[in-house]
Amino acid sequence: MAEDKKPKRPVPRIDEESRPFWEACARHELYVQKCRSCGKVLYYPRSFCPEDLSPDLEWVRCSGKGSVYTFTVTYQNQSSGFRDKVPYVMAYVELEEGVRMLTDIVGCKPEEVKIGMPVEVTFEDVTPEVSIPLFKPIGR
Amino acid sequence: MSIKGKAAVVGVYEHPLRWAPHKTQYQLMAESARGALEDAGLTIKDVDGLFTTNVGGMGIISLAEHLNLNPDYLDSNSLGGSSFVSHTGHAAAAIAAGYCNVALILYGSMWSSDRFAVGTGGLGSSDPPEQFESPFGSTLIGSYGLAAQRHMHEFGTTSEQLAEIAVTMRRHATLNPLAKFRDPITVEDVLASRIISSPLHLLDCCMLSDGGGAVVVTSAERARDLKKKPVSILGAAEACYHTSAGLRDLTDAAAKQTGPKALARAGVTHKDFDMAMIYDSFTITVCVTLESLGFCRKGEGGAFVQNGRIGLGGELPINTDGGGLSSNHPGMRGIFLIIEATKQLRGECGARQVKDCELALCHGTGGNLGFRHSGATLVLGV
Repeated sequence: MAEDKKPKRPVPRIDEESRPFWEACARHELYVQKCRSCGKVLYYPRSFCPEDLSPDLEWVRCSGKGSVYTFTVTYQNQSSGFRDKVPYVMAYVELEEGVRMLTDIVGCKPEEVKIGMPVEVTFEDVTPEVSIPLFKPIGR
Repeated sequence: MSIKGKAAVVGVYEHPLRWAPHKTQYQLMAESARGALEDAGLTIKDVDGLFTTNVGGMGIISLAEHLNLNPDYLDSNSLGGSSFVSHTGHAAAAIAAGYCNVALILYGSMWSSDRFAVGTGGLGSSDPPEQFESPFGSTLIGSYGLAAQRHMHEFGTTSEQLAEIAVTMRRHATLNPLAKFRDPITVEDVLASRIISSPLHLLDCCMLSDGGGAVVVTSAERARDLKKKPVSILGAAEACYHTSAGLRDLTDAAAKQTGPKALARAGVTHKDFDMAMIYDSFTITVCVTLESLGFCRKGEGGAFVQNGRIGLGGELPINTDGGGLSSNHPGMRGIFLIIEATKQLRGECGARQVKDCELALCHGTGGNLGFRHSGATLVLGV
């Protein structure tokens, strides 16, 4: 049935600015960028530095570790892919590299999630080309 | 060049319907235009500036065609719910610059009849920035939940304090014959309502309704000859906040950038205001906006909204119409902020009238606090 063939999550439309990021995720590696011109670390990936428009960016491999900056347990989401996932935990994780990224917290009950909780990245393979970076409590 | 006092709101109209499956968006807008122009004592032939958003296959041009207008000035600034607050400021600037004489700002929406899942429908798009959000189940309500959760963590804000905002809005709505929800609620009722996305309960969230509204702005000179007391536009400002390339502080809102500018342009301070219309998409929106505008210190929004301070009779009555939480919210309610503030300043609010109302602030928030949003502040006075 068509529903079975649909990816488990909305799949990002990979474009030329984000391709290296998503290809790294497919390898289960998390990267952010750093501007060689001004030193700014940035997420989400772009082809230029938002601080000075410099095209001179380098990819920085993340440790994969961070902490929960904030979260919300969502009980209602009408869109396909999430209708049946509720409740799920959406969160901003502050990476060790200093930027905050949106993600979901998995690997624990929603009521266990706390701001400040140490987490590490884990990847969910959604299609053969796309894996999504999620975060789980460290050690689980 | 300052716009202060150069233009005035001279006509307002809020469409009375909250559920209108038998109407179209254009109908709601045309009926609202008729009402506002009658209120102003002007006609559609006087209109030479048009302001709107979220309409038509070709946007504002489609609306102009439907109304058979050929304005000298068009503005469809699209900032979400705050658009119409922005439009009013833009109208004042255009009039002050001599680009048009009579501005018509129009809104109409059938989102309730259309069953458009604004809050919980999933924020789509595979393009940035949503490309990095939609895989995680991002929703509008979820993004406000993120902001509220962080605010509670940093400042100890409680669900009870946020609930006070909903309770106050409902109390005001009981005095507004047009409001959709008019049965009083208590803090306990809010906390007992189901959680949509933590920590926000159902009653922390604005409704979805159909609706429409119109505002007419003209020059101060022209306003003097018209029927009603002109409501002078004293200052305006707008801004947008977003994830700031990975650094976003969720407890600040765009109001932090617009508040000081709008007040400085109007030459007023926070203590001068007799009432305020603060966009209430969610209870947390009001709390954060009050802090960011500078009515209280950061983190003190929770205490600020307690003990009757933001209710009629209090120090700073907010959303005397009942707000998006209790009166109406067709998806983008910015125009109703201008309409209600104008009626208050004219002394037309009857049972919900703020005594000696001479200075009002309108602040619209468009989008969502957790990912990206706009802020538009307007200072109105008589």
